[in-house]
This record gives sequence, structure tokens and C-alpha cells, in this order.
Amino acid sequence: MIYLDYQATTPLAPEAREAMMPWLAGPDAPGFANPHSPHRAGRAAAAVVEVARQQVAALLPAGGRVIFTSGATEALNLAIFGSGARRLAVSAIEHAAVLDTARAADPGVALLPVDPQGLVDAQAPLPAGADLVAVMQVNNEIGTIQPVADLARRARAQGALFLCDAVQGAGKIAPPQDADLIAISAHKLYGPKGIGALWVRDGIELKSLIHGGGQEGGLRSGTLSPALCAGFGAAAALCARLGESDAAHVDRLWTRARAALAGWTLNGSDTARWHGNLNLRLAGLDVARLLSECRNVAFSAGSACASGSGRPSHVLRAIGLSDRDTKTAIRLGFGRYTREEDLDEGVAAIIAAARSQGVALPWSESPS
Amino acid sequence: MPAEPLYLDHAATTPLLPQARAALAQGFDAWANPSSPHKPGRAARALLEGARARVKAALAWEYEAVFTSGASEALALAIGRAQVERAKVERVLVSAVEHEAVLRPAGADAARLPVDAHGLVDLAALAAVLAGGPRTLVCVQQVNSETGVIQPLADIAALVRAAGGILLADAAQGAGKIALPDADLIALSAHKFGGPIGIGALLIRDFALLEAPGGQERGYRGGTENMPAALAMAAALEAGAGWMVEARRLRDLLDGQLQAAGAEIIASAAPRCPTIGGYRMPGVSSAAQLIRFDSAGIAVSAGSACSSGSLRPSHVLSAMGLDAKAAGEVLRVSIGCETDEAAIARFIAAWRDIAGSARA
Repeated sequence: MIYLDYQATTPLAPEAREAMMPWLAGPDAPGFANPHSPHRAGRAAAAVVEVARQQVAALLPAGGRVIFTSGATEALNLAIFGSGARRLAVSAIEHAAVLDTARAADPGVALLPVDPQGLVDAQAPLPAGADLVAVMQVNNEIGTIQPVADLARRARAQGALFLCDAVQGAGKIAPPQDADLIAISAHKLYGPKGIGALWVRDGIELKSLIHGGGQEGGLRSGTLSPALCAGFGAAAALCARLGESDAAHVDRLWTRARAALAGWTLNGSDTARWHGNLNLRLAGLDVARLLSECRNVAFSAGSACASGSGRPSHVLRAIGLSDRDTKTAIRLGFGRYTREEDLDEGVAAIIAAARSQGVALPWSESPS
Repeated sequence: MPAEPLYLDHAATTPLLPQARAALAQGFDAWANPSSPHKPGRAARALLEGARARVKAALAWEYEAVFTSGASEALALAIGRAQVERAKVERVLVSAVEHEAVLRPAGADAARLPVDAHGLVDLAALAAVLAGGPRTLVCVQQVNSETGVIQPLADIAALVRAAGGILLADAAQGAGKIALPDADLIALSAHKFGGPIGIGALLIRDFALLEAPGGQERGYRGGTENMPAALAMAAALEAGAGWMVEARRLRDLLDGQLQAAGAEIIASAAPRCPTIGGYRMPGVSSAAQLIRFDSAGIAVSAGSACSSGSLRPSHVLSAMGLDAKAAGEVLRVSIGCETDEAAIARFIAAWRDIAGSARA
């Protein structure tokens, strides 16, 4: 199986798995305690949680605190509902975890459009009276990198909070600057599923959504898992260490795949983009058939959550594609553990399957 | 030389069972996103749904189950979304001895049902409050986390249903140990029965009882599913509760010997889960006891892990009528499947030692 779906989830880094193991211990080892217990074993678990918090914080801006959650979805819910915001403005290409939550908080939420390159205009007018603006850092479907620092500064200048869903960018590119709230997820940066974080700028007060024992400074009750925290922390530390080589590797893969698929049309900007995301379309392509014919290649049409729903992608529509064209797009995602030969083989399988539909350009043909 | 650690705080969290650790490893190897429609995604989905079926089978629960990040989230979901005949509940009743994870989301407006000196919900008071109106969500835990007291949930369920209400049971301490209670919504947490921290479930008798906010888990819970943890939760439940017989013997041993040494057993006359016992050492504050036990290498707690160290008097013991001084002298001992008689003997010896030196 060739895995080309790094936006859905990433393989667990061996280092992250290793870091979790001591905290998945049985009764003969000390590493299983409740980090909120004041006894010795509990204090050791709490120490691991705090080390992990520092490791995760290193991927995020200075001047804020890291609140661990069960994932980015919970972090985004905490940011939106916890802020008490009533009037929201979000980009048209946000993930459902932002769009649906924003609609629940404000049925009249304003959508900020994107251009055909899949970018929000940094100078786009922000609705007056909005008290929370959310724009993602890297889009999950087409990989475009949004001008979040400019938008954040402008949102804050007019008195709104700025929330950034940095799930796809965290650990890969520099964190968004000037945001008030940033949500990230461990399993998109080679960490475990079941943990994420909300970064909260110092001085910003939120209301909690999950009540109980008052963990995480009262913002998020529930026993923290030292194992998940340790795995997240190790994955974050690895991203910090390997950031440059990961990006160089991804750029090499991108160049290879782009060359092989030269006749396909790129969705979204070529340059303002995380190159681990290659979203392409080909006129006349039957994507459902392509997916079923490439059984040995795991890739997707759109996001994992919406995949299989049959709805046209709201992101591809937002960049101006017709409903018919949105259904001819595929997303290839690759990263640290993708080998060049695997990518080549996966791409070759996709080209062969497309060609058998009678729509693909011969891959030796030069781009038109 | 520091004493070898002895862990008697299983109500806070339990060691991970080897079966659960193996299941996690299996889950880590199938790391794809269960919502992805490609082959590895479908494999992860199959494991997730297999885990759900296994959890239900192990608990003998034939209705619905959604995975959450733990009991706190399951309780917040249940209390925030419960509905009767597809309309939001009109009021919430909670027992006075619920965990903060119930009391907080229920809100300050929620009426509190008193408990008697044994820690048991006053059924007459419940009936009286229920008579005041329909569309009520009643929240009563199965097993108290500080005293081990088991609530009469079958009787409570009958009263609640007769009045047209719905019953939520926080089964965090009882699930995987004693049979599930009779309730419409049941919250549980894997790390209290040998599973990993970071996963729990809400059991739902009928999806009509809960408004769906949207997302994964049948629309009840957005977020990529933590499939490895779900597998480990199933494995931990399947390991079974055969050790309850031994737990009962050990708890009775603790009760008898500590009482002989001058302890007061909390709620000794009530039905109690054998895994949790509350013991008062008259004249010695629980804070002082904790320091002594900790330096002897013994991990126990005063109240729940979350409130332990806060030095607030326990709302559970207060509700049972203990005054602040008495409540402040109680420790919780909670045992797990690996606890043996030698561990109990060591704890009893340390208890005698601490009580004796306080009197000297």
C-alpha cells in the first residue's frame, strides 16, 4: 500500500511511539499515574505533561499558553464557543470543524471569499462588528497558505479576536503570527490521534466547554493522558528538529510528482502553498472510478471527513470551479516518510488508471 | 533508600492492562484516518467499528455507543444535548454526591438530590421533585469515586421513567467492574478499568434521547476518531472483572483491620463497589496522612484526584453529614486487579504506624 493522504492523517513517528511507551505501563512500572494526583507517581506524570507542553509550545508563538484538548476539533470548538463571540467572519475554505462550529455560534456568519488561487485577500474588508475572525493557515484540501498575519493584525485592529486553524501547517511552516487563538492536532504532525491543543494568547479569557475536575487551568476538564502528551511532545520536537529537511524532502517529491502529472491542472496557488499537498484535476476524469481502480494507492478526493459524501467540495467551488469540475479533482498528500520510489509508483498507477478511462494525457507528453 | 512504590489510587487511574497495550500497538500500526474512504482508511474504520461492537458486547449493552475523549466529555455531551421527545429537557436534577464533571455542566440551577448518612440518594425526595414536572434529566452516578457507594439505580430508573424523564448514569467508577446500571445514558472512561487515558464512551439507549451536534461518531462528536484507544478500551473490558471476588476479600480485610485499629469506615452499611473504600483516621488530617503515606511510597488520595490537594472539604462527605473536621480526616484507598494481600497488609501496617505516632 502506497500512502499518499498525509492531510487526512500522518504515520506515527517511531520516536513519538517510543516516547509514549513508558506512559502506557502496567502495574510493575510507575508510568501510568493520573497526572492530577498529588502523590509521587502523579507528580512524575504531571512533569511529563509539562515537558510535552513546552515541546508543543516551541512550535507556536511566544506570549501564549498551550491547552491540551482531544484534538483540533475540540480546540476549535473551545475557541469559538469559549470566546463567547456572537458575530463571526470565517474564510469560505475553512474545514468543517470551523465552518460548522461558526454556523452554530452565529447562523449569520460572514464568509470571506477566496480568489481563483485559493487565497483570501489580505486586504479583504472584514465585516464591521465581527467579534471573531477565523482564517486557516494552510488549507487541508488544496494546501494554499493564507496571509494570516495581515488578516490577524487587521482583525485585531478593529477589535475582533483572530482564530487560526493551523492543523495543516503546524510543525511544517512557521506558526501564524499575530493570532489570538491557534488550534493544532498531533496526528497531522506525526503524533498520535486523540490529542491536540489550543494556543491562547496571554490575557485572553475563554469559557470552558467540558467541565469537571478543572484540569488545564479550568479550561478543559478530563484526565490528561501522559502517553498522548508525551507522543505529541516528541512529535513536535521532531518537527522542530527536522523542519528544514522535511520541507526539502517534500519539495523534491512535489517537483517529481508535478513533472509526472504535467498535463493535469493544479488547483490553488503553486507558490503560496505547502508542497506536501498536490491537488489536481483532469477534465472528464471519473474520480470515484479512479479511486476504486487504484486499490493499492491511498489518496483522496477532498478531505477525509467529506470524502465519500458525494457533495462537491466547498473549497473547489470557492476557487471558482463548476460542480462538474470539482468532481474531477484528486488530492495527493506526502511527507516525511514518503519515499521517492513509492511516490513514483503511486503516480504511475494513477496515470495508468486515468489513461484507461481515456481521459489522461500520455504522461510522456509535454504540458500544453 | 526510597520505599518501593505501592499504588492504591486506582480510582484516579489504573495501570494499563497488557491486553490494552497490545491493542494500542495494533491500532498504531493501522494509523490511517478512519474517515478516509481508501483501503487503509477502511481498515482503520473496520477496527474502530469492531472496537465499538466489542465494547458493547463486553458491557452487555445492546443499544448505541459513541466514543469520546473520556467521561468528562461524555457527560458534557449528555447533559448539553439530552432531549425528551425530541425537545430539550426542561430541568436537570443531580445527586449531591456527583463528580464535578456532572455538577459543573448541570449548572448552578440544577436541583440537588440529597443523600442519606450512607451516601444513598433519598428516593422519596427524588419522587417528590419528579412530581413537580415532566421532561427532566436526572443524573445519578453508579459508584461514588470517594466512598465506593453504589446507588440504587434500578429503583431510581423506575421512578424517573414513570415520571417521563430520562436518566444519565456516570459509570466511570463502576464500568468494567460491576454490571452496567439501568439508565438511558451512561458515561464511562477507559482508564478507570485498565484502558488508556484519552478515551471514553457515552452509551445511548436511543439516539432520539440526544440531539446530534454534527461530525463523526454518528453526528455526536466531531474529530478524527482515536481508533487505537478504542481498540485498547475494548481489550481492557474483555479482560473481564473476574478479580472482583478477590477485590471484595481484600476490601473486607481492609475494613476489618482498619476498624480494629480505630478507623471509621465511610458508608460501611451501604452497598459498595469492592474497589474503593473511604477511611477516616480520627484526629489526623488527611493532608498529614497523605504526606506520611507518600513518604512511605504509598499512593492513596483524599477525595478525587482532581480535587485532591485542593484542601477543600469533600462535597461528598459533607452531603453525607460529616462535619468539616471529620471529612478532612478521610482517605480514599482504591484497589486494582494487581493489588494483592501483601499490598493490603503493607497499607494497614503503615496506617497503624501513622495513627499510632499521631497519638503518641
